[in-house]
Amino acid sequence: MEALLNNLWATVAAGFVLTIVLAIVIRVMS
Amino acid sequence: MDFLASADWWRAFFRWAHVIAGVMWIGHLWYFNFTQTPTVPKIPAEMRPAVVRYILPEALFWFRWGAMFTLIFGLILAWLNGYLFQAIGLGIGGYGPRVTSIGWGMWLGAIMWFNVWFLIWPNQKKVIGLTSATPDEVNAARRIAGLASRVNTMLSIPMLYAMVFAPHYYGGMQ
Repeated sequence: MEALLNNLWATVAAGFVLTIVLAIVIRVMS
Repeated sequence: MDFLASADWWRAFFRWAHVIAGVMWIGHLWYFNFTQTPTVPKIPAEMRPAVVRYILPEALFWFRWGAMFTLIFGLILAWLNGYLFQAIGLGIGGYGPRVTSIGWGMWLGAIMWFNVWFLIWPNQKKVIGLTSATPDEVNAARRIAGLASRVNTMLSIPMLYAMVFAPHYYGGMQ
């Protein structure tokens, strides 16, 4: 996890992956 | 001055104030992560104190108070919109996708606010010398503050999806 966070672009990519996960969660919850 | 009696006007006002404070906060967050942190190692050692002693304390001031007022204005806005507690409950109970979405955004924003005030700021105080610390403690503080800042950069992307994209996609804002 720390290796990922130490890389700015890996962090940004993880943010977009989390966004896709969240989009699915919101869709399923609604 | 009749508009001051309008609930619509106050809702719009606090949405505007919430976004202004949010830009102040996330603007500085992204400045730290996209500009300052990658650039400082490239600065000659004798010039680095200019960043740490002059720019960093000022940037941290607008950063942490931007975070505070984003949270305060956001809670007022959600209260005025009538969905504060439903959103905190992630819209469970049939309040619809907009409330679920805003609720997720609120939780992500609240985690980020916590990171600012309870991880980043206390550790950055050691880095800029407001709190006395040994060189080892300063290095440890820099690492924790940096990791928390990166976590917030990561969370800012889904937070803005939940706060901005999804509520509009699911039928516009109240």
